[in-house]
Amino acid sequence: MRGANLAALVIFALLAATPWLAEFWGGSYLISLVMKAMILGIAALSLDLLIGHAGMVSFGHAAFVGIGAYTTGIMITEGAPDLSAILPVTIAIATAFALVTGAISLRTSGVYFIMITLAFGQMVFFTMSSLSDYGGDDGLTLWERADAFGTGLFDSDTGLFYTILATLIVVTLLLRRIVGSRFGRVLRAAKQNPTRVESMGYSVFAYRLTAYVIAGIIAALAGVLFANQSEFISPATAAWQRSGDLIIMVVLGGMGLRHGALFGALAIVLLEEGLSTLTHDWRLIFGPMLVLMVLYTKGGIAGLLEPRRDT
Amino acid sequence: MSTTLFLIQLLNGVQLGLLLFLISAGLTLVFGVMGFINLAHGVQYMIGAYLLVAFYSVTGHFMAAMLLAMLAALVIGLLLEVFIFRHLYDRDHLDQVLVTFGIIIFLNQLVKVIWGATPLTLDPPEFLSGSFQLVEGLMYPTYRVAIIVAGLAVALLLWLLVTRTKLGMLVRAGSTNAEMVSALGVNIHRLFMVVFGFGAMLAGFAGALAAPIFSAEPGMGDDLLIVAFVVIIIGGIGSIRGAFIAAILVGLVDTLGRSMVTDILKLFMDASAANQIGPALASMAIYVLMAAVLFFKPTGLFPARASR
Amino acid sequence: MLSLVNLDKHFGALHVTDNVSLDLRPGECHALIGPNGAGKTTLIHQISGTLQPDSGQILFNGSDITALPPHRRAQAGLGRTFQITSILPEFTVLENVALAVQARRGSSFRFLRTVAKNRQINNRALECLALFTLTDRADRPASALSHGEKRLLELAIAIAGEPEALLLDEPMAGMGKEESATLTETLLTLKRDYPILLVEHDMDAVFALADRVSVLVYGQIVATGSPDEVRANPQARAAYLGDEAC
Ligand SMILES: Nc1ncnc2c1ncn2[C@@H]1O[C@H](COP(=O)(O)OP(=O)(O)OP(=O)(O)O)[C@@H](O)[C@H]1O
Ligand SMILES: [Mg+2]
Repeated sequence: MRGANLAALVIFALLAATPWLAEFWGGSYLISLVMKAMILGIAALSLDLLIGHAGMVSFGHAAFVGIGAYTTGIMITEGAPDLSAILPVTIAIATAFALVTGAISLRTSGVYFIMITLAFGQMVFFTMSSLSDYGGDDGLTLWERADAFGTGLFDSDTGLFYTILATLIVVTLLLRRIVGSRFGRVLRAAKQNPTRVESMGYSVFAYRLTAYVIAGIIAALAGVLFANQSEFISPATAAWQRSGDLIIMVVLGGMGLRHGALFGALAIVLLEEGLSTLTHDWRLIFGPMLVLMVLYTKGGIAGLLEPRRDT
Repeated sequence: MSTTLFLIQLLNGVQLGLLLFLISAGLTLVFGVMGFINLAHGVQYMIGAYLLVAFYSVTGHFMAAMLLAMLAALVIGLLLEVFIFRHLYDRDHLDQVLVTFGIIIFLNQLVKVIWGATPLTLDPPEFLSGSFQLVEGLMYPTYRVAIIVAGLAVALLLWLLVTRTKLGMLVRAGSTNAEMVSALGVNIHRLFMVVFGFGAMLAGFAGALAAPIFSAEPGMGDDLLIVAFVVIIIGGIGSIRGAFIAAILVGLVDTLGRSMVTDILKLFMDASAANQIGPALASMAIYVLMAAVLFFKPTGLFPARASR
Repeated sequence: MLSLVNLDKHFGALHVTDNVSLDLRPGECHALIGPNGAGKTTLIHQISGTLQPDSGQILFNGSDITALPPHRRAQAGLGRTFQITSILPEFTVLENVALAVQARRGSSFRFLRTVAKNRQINNRALECLALFTLTDRADRPASALSHGEKRLLELAIAIAGEPEALLLDEPMAGMGKEESATLTETLLTLKRDYPILLVEHDMDAVFALADRVSVLVYGQIVATGSPDEVRANPQARAAYLGDEAC
């Protein structure tokens, strides 16, 4: 078995055992920390479809997480707390937003693409800040979690935990299939040489836009989970710095490499946690670490496990 | 809205625009000449504000503190260039984003450690305090007038520098075709360093100018940085003229938007709805502007180079 | 089957395509020659849709394709190669060609089934590779090929798209004498199946392959005719064939 797959298997096993481990060490704090890490993992995996496989450096991906979180929070507050309503609405909003902003952003490329996705992310951020009925700048505490199709699955942390883990696994498998499919092949090819792909008869724009929508929906689902896990929604979820965090996870984990984004998300969350137990000013260490890692490593964590490119 | 109020908002818009221009000028040149995305440019603005406060408390003299702050901002910019950024010009944009993001994280925290998390305020100097009568019945704070004057002066200076000097010619040539400039035997590394240091100094200057109005606080450059990016994208990367026009445009749209959108909405919807939607629309206005500009001109209003 | 009608294009002050009319008939190989910078590549770009002409019309199989984007023209049956090698460097040689085959084998908006082991696609891709003696390179990354092999891969990709007409922009560019001669042989067999618009500097290849030759100078067609006619045409000689001698 390949190194990355083995590592991922070990990680999934450890994740699955977390609620049990937490009884001995860490308690509910550990559980919620790991939930947060897995949710970020889901969002980062979706971003890797864009950055790692399609070569689209989106700097506004946190907006989709925010869209998922706010849809959930608002629907719970407004008395429509069932997932059977929340999920379709979230998916519909994320799709619409991705179609419109993606179609505009994809008219540009390179640096301009980075910046325009950033701008759309800011628009979402400011929209959320202005929702004064739902907390405005300060955000809004949710008094209950969503209703998981009437099963009460989300009523316990354990139920939510395993839902998140299951989502993570499904998303991992789904994205891997997508990358290896006909669609994924066109996407990967267009990253290397869009002109050539275009002259083979593919509309690069259509494939990229579709990828943008898929990634957006998955990130929005991460947002739904996030609102339930933190029982709190706030514009900060969609801040540009959060989009930056997601990019860090993707790159340090290993762009376009198997499980890279997941490794990245877990590593960053653990690193933050570890550093912050050392010192209150852990960012003084984290910042320079980031600089050094980018300057002196290539291929991220997954690259260390598996120096071969993944296709 | 009364005419006076409108005029005041107009001036505020111009003043914000000029501050934005000071930040964007360096950003657009660094971006245009070196193809380098510097997210840490916003921190240089923050540092300028803190340096002013720090030097003021040491010297007790505003103008001296301003000079020292600019010098220190220049030095910090040069140090960052020599030790870090220099190694990134050949890397892809993603690496540049990450490294400069790491520097933001570090410097924002460092500022907190040194000066604390609470905003530091500072009064404008004696001779610039008070108000200024612009026309009959229109009083405007003298310090803000000073910012406008200083901003325009720097803009003029920059324009002369870029259009009338050998250095400026190289910079312009560099932002359309960097390979050609180095093929001409110009020391491109030195050119990069000068441009970078100069840009950092201008951003620091903007921060110092802004400190008496907005006070100095950690992270103050983060959101402004994004606005500065909006400016240089609208203006066209690498173009000083574009940055100037776009900065004023963005300053006006943002300021006037915030003061007028809600009122305008009230004309055709009920007040509470307008109060809800107004502020959101206002804070989005500049991003809508940018998206619209890019939709029609994907490389901005005054693109300096054909493609990048 | 392919006709250019009064095509015009400027790059700023440069009149790079000057009222060009030209056609490619079924079954023929039409060579387009001309000195460096004459505007040959620019013309190919306009036919394939990479560049838009300022005015004029491009007709293909009776329909006007002037306004179509490049991918629609490829779907309509225009295959092309690039003067500056344009392949997918990170893909294997097989995958480069398979991607082109895939474009002709149903929709590519399929998301779940792994494509790498698709027999139908891979077999057809291998057939195309065999035409250009690249079979034993199939599993190499395309970036690891020699220059000559990359030029052949260009052609294999174009053929795999099952084109109805081929636009070849200097297929021999950068090849050695021997390689060019072999490729000329291969193109002679391809010529039976595909009408070819051939841009080429290698005169041996041009006269071996072409049924008709057009000479492009400063964006204008100065002569069109059979190879012998063009060889005898004084304007063409002055503009181009003369240069070739020295
Ligand atoms: N994108 C462009 N912008 C401006 N000028 C261009 C552009 N592309 C090509 N040119 C110019 O147009 C002219 C024709 O170029 P083109 O590449 O079509 O020539 P060509 O006939 O293919 O030459 P060669 O035999 O060297 O391949 C040249 O002078 C070239 O410099
Ligand atoms: Mg050519």
